[in-house]
Amino acid sequence: MIEAVGLTKRYGAKTAVHNLSFQVRPGAVTGFLGPNGSGKSTTMRMILGLDQPTSGHVTIGGHPFRSLPNAPRQVGALLDAKAVHGGRSARMHLLSLAQLGGIPARRVDEVLGVVGLQDVAKRRSKGFSLGMGQRLGIAAALLGDPQVLLFDEPVNGLDPEGILWVRNLMKQLAAEGRTVFVSSHLMSEMALTADHLIVIGRGQLMADMSVKDFISANSADFARVRTPETEPESREKLTAALVEAGGQVLAEPDGGMRVTGLPLPRISDIAHGADVRLWELSPHQASLEEAYMRMTQGAVDYRSTADQLAALAPPPPGHGYGHPGAGAPQGWAPPQGNPYPVLPGEQPNPYAQPQAAAPQPPQAAPQPPAAAPAPAPAPADLTKRDSEDAR
Amino acid sequence: MTTPQPQAAHPAAPQSAPQAAPHAAPGYWPGTAPAGGAPGPAGYVSPIPVRKATLMDAVAAEWTKIRSVRSTVWTLSVMVAIVVGVGLLIALAVNASNSTMNGTTPLAAGFFSLMLGMICVITLGVLTISTEYGTGMIRTTLTACPDRVRVLAAKAIVFFALAFVVTLVSTVVVGMADVALLDDQTEFAAGGSEWLKTTVGTSLFVGFLGLVSLGVGTLLRHSAGAITVMLGVVLLPLVVGMFMFTESLMKVREVLFEYSIPMMLSVFYGASGNDSNASLTGWDPLWVMAIAAAVALGGAFAALLKRDA
Repeated sequence: MIEAVGLTKRYGAKTAVHNLSFQVRPGAVTGFLGPNGSGKSTTMRMILGLDQPTSGHVTIGGHPFRSLPNAPRQVGALLDAKAVHGGRSARMHLLSLAQLGGIPARRVDEVLGVVGLQDVAKRRSKGFSLGMGQRLGIAAALLGDPQVLLFDEPVNGLDPEGILWVRNLMKQLAAEGRTVFVSSHLMSEMALTADHLIVIGRGQLMADMSVKDFISANSADFARVRTPETEPESREKLTAALVEAGGQVLAEPDGGMRVTGLPLPRISDIAHGADVRLWELSPHQASLEEAYMRMTQGAVDYRSTADQLAALAPPPPGHGYGHPGAGAPQGWAPPQGNPYPVLPGEQPNPYAQPQAAAPQPPQAAPQPPAAAPAPAPAPADLTKRDSEDAR
Repeated sequence: MTTPQPQAAHPAAPQSAPQAAPHAAPGYWPGTAPAGGAPGPAGYVSPIPVRKATLMDAVAAEWTKIRSVRSTVWTLSVMVAIVVGVGLLIALAVNASNSTMNGTTPLAAGFFSLMLGMICVITLGVLTISTEYGTGMIRTTLTACPDRVRVLAAKAIVFFALAFVVTLVSTVVVGMADVALLDDQTEFAAGGSEWLKTTVGTSLFVGFLGLVSLGVGTLLRHSAGAITVMLGVVLLPLVVGMFMFTESLMKVREVLFEYSIPMMLSVFYGASGNDSNASLTGWDPLWVMAIAAAVALGGAFAALLKRDA
């Protein structure tokens, strides 16, 4: 059982983790998700007493890590697969850790067998592939046969067989009643491995719920609608009609539209009423990945922008930032900035919402920025995304 | 008998249907996850008997670490080669020149080679801790042993013992060669006190110098930086003192000379009472270096406890 209460870590002016409180329970695999730089590793280091929290505290089984009796027998961790001396053999590395923790030396050969490194045990870890490094790190975590296990990105660099192995290992460790806390970027992997999710973004807790709840809470299902590509005006007509009927419309890059807030038959009726033919009208259910992207989109620190080659060309006249308050939807706009915008009607995310409305770096000069400053960062402001993106 | 469950995980992993089964019950996605309350099992208990780790365990671990890296073995081999090799060459050269060494014992010929070999101890002292920071191994180490004082204390014990033993062996070999070759060319014969000072005394001195390096390495956490600082500490007082020509700086100059590490080391080789106006005589340099090591390690302990790893 890991319990964090009000955990905060500041490095100078930058707050890496802010007021984070959560519990990681035994008997389940708890996934720890968040974009790069969101504070996952910092949190793990604080759990392990490597970094001192600026405020708040975190305990394992009721004790802070540094005052745990027999810490290596209670907690095992893989933080960084490269955190080994490359000149030392796998076996010697594990032997030194075993001796340090008062663990019988024969346990070293056992864990080497568990991770499948027995054949390269005498080789220096400098020559290990990333996957072998991960296995060595997992071996070190399992050394004390601990009750609490932390893994930071354990499947990085593993081949499919290795990923499957880690997945089964995590599940088995949890089934034995251990607390398993795993951070990962790989959503599909988490969907298969984790029972419970803790999601952070910009150092703050965004979700602490089961995988199933997470998906249903963060993914408003939507309808995909496509009008004939030959008639751009019909798309505008339909968009206007749908918005009028209370739906939210979001253009997709391939010419389709995402419609939320209206059931499929209603969309069909509206299209019929507006005298617009439809090429496609299909239901869509979001995956864990989409749910995650939606939730964290406002909390991403490092976002790639489109290659701005076009910035060197003179900008066409007559474009500008969006017109806050511009009413009617004007045709369709390419959603370049954010493929998973928060749609109204889904659970409002108190953390992601304000950032979602913040201006984003221009993607390409001839086009306006994806999201212009909204009049007010209210949960409903995203309905205007269409118009703001208009050319 | 202490075989833990995880061992079964690996071979069985791809087809571990029986093991996955109990897991599916408490709520494995896409089923319902354990909601809110405490899930079934009340934690895992390892079949391996729990034994409280002690400082001796940490010492054993550090010994494993230090001997399992080639750079350690190489650095110490180079040190022995320099101390013994250069020491023998000097002894042979002096023997061949038929000159006489006034005011000293034969053992004094070993001074220069030990001064060169000392550099290796400095390097190794720094590397013992700085490679842990460089590779990130320190975080693995501190996860396996959250007691940071124990970790650094174990390193200090192992490293001091290693530096002492290697230096002692080297100096004894050189001393025997010097006595054998140069006995008839020197003014004084090597007595028990001289032997003790040039072997045990110098070895302790070098060991303490290694602890200073270990402390500096812990404080700076960077191999090249810490080695540079240590070389500066060894060489700068002499170089700076050399250029203090002014009368007003004479006092400073004398202090710099006298407390510079090469000069302190040379005190062990001086015949007793040969330089009456020096303030460091006999075993004094050892106490000076012991205090320096205590200060450096004290700072290292404080920094290690306070800083994030």
